[in-house]
Amino acid sequence: MKKSAVLMSLLLCSGSGAAIAADVPAAAAAGKNVFEIRCAPCHAAGLGGDPGRDHLPGTDALRIKYKGTTVPALLERRTDLTEPVLKVYLRHGSWSMPPFRKTEVSDADIANLAAYFAVTSLAAERK
Amino acid sequence: MYTVQHARDLQCKGMPRPELFRAARSCYGVGDHQHRLFLHEMPFGPLTCLVVGAECVCYRESVINNKGDAMTILPPGVSARQFAKALAEFAAVVGPDWVLSSEEDLQPYRDHFSLLKDQPDELQASAAVCPADVAQVQAIVRIANRYKTPLFAISTGKNFAYGGPAPNVRGSVTVDLKRMNRVLELDEKRHFVLVEPGVSYMDLYRYIQERNLKVWVDTADVGWGGLMGNALEHGVGYTLGPYRDHFSAHCGMEVVLPDGELMRTGMGALPGSGGWQDYKHGFGPDPAGLFAQGGFGIVVKMGFRLMPQPEHWRTGLVTVPKRRDLIPMVDTVNYLTDLFIIGEPLYGSPLRILREDKAFLQAADSFDEAALDRVAAEHSLHSWQVELQFYGSEKTTLANWEWAKELMLRNIPGAQCFDGESLPVPVTQEQIERSTRPYPAPYASQMRRNVMHGVPKLYAWWMPSRTDDFPDSWNQSHLGLFSVVGRSGAAVLQAQRDFDRVARDMGSKPAMPYAISTPLNWNQSAFLLGNGAFGSATRNEATPQSKLDQLKLLREVLKRNAAMGYGDYRAPPLLQDAVADQYSFNNHALRRFNERLKDAADPNGILLPGRGGIWPKALRALRGAIRK
Ligand SMILES: Cc1cc2nc3c(=O)[nH]c(=O)nc-3n(C[C@H](O)[C@H](O)[C@H](O)COP(=O)(O)OP(=O)(O)OC[C@H]3O[C@@H](n4cnc5c(N)ncnc54)[C@H](O)[C@@H]3O)c2cc1C
Repeated sequence: MKKSAVLMSLLLCSGSGAAIAADVPAAAAAGKNVFEIRCAPCHAAGLGGDPGRDHLPGTDALRIKYKGTTVPALLERRTDLTEPVLKVYLRHGSWSMPPFRKTEVSDADIANLAAYFAVTSLAAERK
Repeated sequence: MYTVQHARDLQCKGMPRPELFRAARSCYGVGDHQHRLFLHEMPFGPLTCLVVGAECVCYRESVINNKGDAMTILPPGVSARQFAKALAEFAAVVGPDWVLSSEEDLQPYRDHFSLLKDQPDELQASAAVCPADVAQVQAIVRIANRYKTPLFAISTGKNFAYGGPAPNVRGSVTVDLKRMNRVLELDEKRHFVLVEPGVSYMDLYRYIQERNLKVWVDTADVGWGGLMGNALEHGVGYTLGPYRDHFSAHCGMEVVLPDGELMRTGMGALPGSGGWQDYKHGFGPDPAGLFAQGGFGIVVKMGFRLMPQPEHWRTGLVTVPKRRDLIPMVDTVNYLTDLFIIGEPLYGSPLRILREDKAFLQAADSFDEAALDRVAAEHSLHSWQVELQFYGSEKTTLANWEWAKELMLRNIPGAQCFDGESLPVPVTQEQIERSTRPYPAPYASQMRRNVMHGVPKLYAWWMPSRTDDFPDSWNQSHLGLFSVVGRSGAAVLQAQRDFDRVARDMGSKPAMPYAISTPLNWNQSAFLLGNGAFGSATRNEATPQSKLDQLKLLREVLKRNAAMGYGDYRAPPLLQDAVADQYSFNNHALRRFNERLKDAADPNGILLPGRGGIWPKALRALRGAIRK
């Protein structure tokens, strides 16, 4: 990442990305697709919103990790998954989650995922 | 919401030495109560640290300049300058965005579960090149020949437990074929599919669902893997025999050879043939086997037979009282299997629930058969169980299950049979996830309904993950170790003793006594028995040293297994030489033959050197060289 890209990421995650903001619905819709294909097999909600032990190892691992805190196990409810944070997790992996290559999840996919989580977490907060 | 803070002020596990940060020219921090992300400008380039709670991960990026002097990993025998030139040529073929060489971009090409993780000799790629079509693959191979740069190939690149996407030779350039991800042809009436390398099980399943086609995908437990990569590893699935042995289910391939030429196998070699996926043998010797667990080419298209969707699925459980009853039980299951009446049978022992019982453990540890039978009877338990599954119509599955029951009751005095599930196909997601099981306690079902129905998921990823039993750890060295054992009850009972003896000699103990370990019938005609004490290991206690110790131990286990006639079916690159060593008939005639072929077909030794224990002349010194 070049310094300019670093600064850009910081601007975006502090909410100053006006150009991006205009595109949010399209980005979020694209992000939803990425989520469903790449993340949901591990990180979705189980049937009926129940984080199911046997079926969703990512959701289950985060349920255990954040036990006793207010952090939700479901990624779609998280308010903190900004683009730079997602990038670190996706490109480096975390515990048993292996990293993802650019051929699987591109940088643009990551930006779209962040846009998607911004929308879903807002919806979850409102509930 | 955001706080700016310097990473060096934080105390967290994994943070580099504080002195390191003195050199930082600047530091930007963002974050909140859960994560803080720090971006430092260091003299060597950017350093990023992500702090999550008490843990921290830091990484640096290194940029390759045109002098090539910032690179940390190079192909063996290639200078940085030459390598930079090769990368420039690759970029001219695939575009600069698809040549990945920064440390950041190469992270995901490492084996997340490597026993050598972060060691100086960890098997890592020097770069990844990501072609979009066959012509680009050919061009990449030709460039690699000019620069004598070893190439490694991945299709979906999810070979976890067997090396992940990492190469056999440190410094190889990985050809990442994931962008080539088209389903080229699927014939619902002739039951085959022709795919490009990047098609995952999940991709194909989606393709089939979207078109409402009536064929199944025989998937591995982890659905993010793909048809091609898995089959080229001799990977396995869970439905009917001819489909679940994935390499056997292949039907024709197109391959880029080591000199860049394109070849098709089977009927594909006949221009204009309409039967490429119908008749895989074509005429003359079929070299297809050279491309699985062997680096003779880069496969760019591959056909697979697909199971037609049955109308109905039914299961049933058979239990037998005595230890020696395993022998007629396996014979009966083999009979049903080889008549193609049943899908994958799942063996188990109901005695598992006695794992805390002293009398049981004593009998199991000493393989005292009379005592084991006595303990089982005292607890009103049977010694073995097998769960059978039937595909067909409601009537035929019922008739077949009735027949299976009749055979079992006839062949094994005291056998019990329990009706299992009976579901119309396709099953619903709710039916797949339903946790109620059909058999009376204490008999448990081991059926994973998704894979039995060809529905790719990631359910199995709980194995290496944080679980309620291990809330503070993950399995950092999750790897597979499975030996081929003759497909008979007697062979299994013998292998249990043999594996137990090796484990004892090596000071290891499996979580469950070997006396009740049961075979996996992944391949229709073979049993695989897990080396329980050695396969997946090291959770809490994983340290760099313990992982190295494990590597040493595994090599010794493989040697001892071979001396008793057991060989593994598959291995991560770090253990491929040790497994190839097991197959030593007539002074390694097989390996010597393969290497003669390798030298003839790949004189520069550039394609997947070391894969399957086959080393080209130029790099033969690397055989078994890592952590000897
Ligand atoms: C929890 C868990 C469960 C698992 N369950 C199963 C299971 O049920 N069945 C099973 O078989 N495995 C299983 N595995 C092992 C492994 O994860 C899968 O086999 C996976 O499908 C392999 O990865 P892939 O399909 O992405 O293949 P890839 O990683 O793409 O390829 C595998 C290897 O094949 C070679 N190769 C790939 N593409 C090419 C090409 N085009 N030309 C030449 N050579 C090539 C390379 O050497 C590569 O490393 C499991 C692993 C774990 C951790």
